[in-house]
Amino acid sequence: MIGMPAELPLAPGLRDDAVAAPKRTVAGLRDRALSLLVLLAVWWIGARLAASPQLLPSPEQVLAVFLRLLRSGDLPFNIAITLARVAVAFGLAMVVGSVLGYLAGRSARFDAVIDPWLTVGLNLPVLVVIVLAYIWIGLNDLAAVLAVAIAKTPTVVVTIREGARAFDPQLDDLAIIYRLSRRRRLRRVALPQLAPYLAAAGRSGLSITWKIVLMVELLGRPNGVGFELNLQFQNFDVAGILAYGLSFAAIMLVVEATLLQPWERRANAWRCRA
Amino acid sequence: MPGAAVLDLRIREKRFTGARPLPVLRDVHFRAAPGEVVALLGRSGAGKSTLLRIALGLDRAFDGGVKLAHGRVGVVFQEPRLLPWLTVAENLRLVVTEGVPEPDIPALLAAVGLEDAASRRPGELSLGMARRAAVARALAVDPALLVLDEPFVSLDRRLASGLGALLTLRARRQRTLVLVAMHDVEHALAIADRILVLHGAPAGLAADFAVPARDDVAGVARVRGALLHRFAFLAAEEPGPGAAADPALASGGRA
Repeated sequence: MIGMPAELPLAPGLRDDAVAAPKRTVAGLRDRALSLLVLLAVWWIGARLAASPQLLPSPEQVLAVFLRLLRSGDLPFNIAITLARVAVAFGLAMVVGSVLGYLAGRSARFDAVIDPWLTVGLNLPVLVVIVLAYIWIGLNDLAAVLAVAIAKTPTVVVTIREGARAFDPQLDDLAIIYRLSRRRRLRRVALPQLAPYLAAAGRSGLSITWKIVLMVELLGRPNGVGFELNLQFQNFDVAGILAYGLSFAAIMLVVEATLLQPWERRANAWRCRA
Repeated sequence: MPGAAVLDLRIREKRFTGARPLPVLRDVHFRAAPGEVVALLGRSGAGKSTLLRIALGLDRAFDGGVKLAHGRVGVVFQEPRLLPWLTVAENLRLVVTEGVPEPDIPALLAAVGLEDAASRRPGELSLGMARRAAVARALAVDPALLVLDEPFVSLDRRLASGLGALLTLRARRQRTLVLVAMHDVEHALAIADRILVLHGAPAGLAADFAVPARDDVAGVARVRGALLHRFAFLAAEEPGPGAAADPALASGGRA
């Protein structure tokens, strides 16, 4: 029987306090709210100085347009359609990009095969992908979603590949000796190591994906926020552009704050708990 | 050597890979049977860890062969290698084959003095505690071969003695072959049935001593004398826990 010493020092190497995220204090939240109020004030003063609702409408004018679009149902409908496209394209890019990135990170041979494709994918202008998808597949949702997914996938592959390359070889040894099943190895050993990279790919991926979706809609869809922005642009309706643009951006921020950030914190929780 | 061999290791040569591959081990042949405690001694850098990696099947880039009888292998590396995102109990459960009845995890943790640590994460443990958790994990698979690389480093005298007793008890009762790399000759004499010495450049198996039963004081002294005479560097190693004077070993120790 091994006795436990009364007091054991904590090994400094086993702690990783550096990754602990700074806590959001009340003062921090107050500063953020103040900053937002200053932005609104600058906008309001700018609108007064411009004295042209067509060029720069005031916040309350944009709010009025927002409420009108909300009541008519146009805004919720178009936002829902755009969100659906974002969700499908984002999910597709994350799944395909994660699988390819994992394989590329674990197999030098697969990496050598896929690397030239990645280089092309990363350097091809998004606009070219969108236009080609519409020409080859047609002006439909399949083309729209595929174009966004294709444009986004290479960056997911690169991020996840880095994560898979950074796997701890000591844990690989352990998995071999203890004959861990493939499923257990993936779930218990690989995914926790990959989680911070998945979270990073997810966060940057979402913000890029929704911007590309707007472009895709602007170029070739008959609905969605991107289509509406184009319509408002042709009507030179700056209030409508701001109402759509700001409300959609707000929704994406909420999605990030309520879904992605908590998941990222959970994925990294074991690092901070030490 | 009673019974069939659990481990049959034949290394004609092992070279480190690189621009100028240097031979690190040459002509290391030995067999070990169930229930044996085999201590592997040698200078730092003599190739003890390399030999253990070969025995574990982690290093196949060598000239020779390694045969392992059926059964699970438990390992305690120099670093604990616990998964930091799992609790101590989950780390133990992880290595147990799916579908096999789960071992008594509280009892395993109690055996290494970690009964209160089941729900803690490795980041909350000291290095010594983490190493003991790694020992409990190795025992959780009920191993036929238990390989330990310098398991007594960073343990105080009492804990090191206790771990030595646990290993000898395991070998006696469960017929586990225990292969342990260490550097302290006194501690090796206290726990091992056989002492292998890796020596030379490249290192070869320079000695294979059978250690007499513990109550054969003169026999143990003879082996000690022979070891220290042939391998003076062993005397220069830091004194270990001096298990001969420790009651913990007497209760769980050798026949």
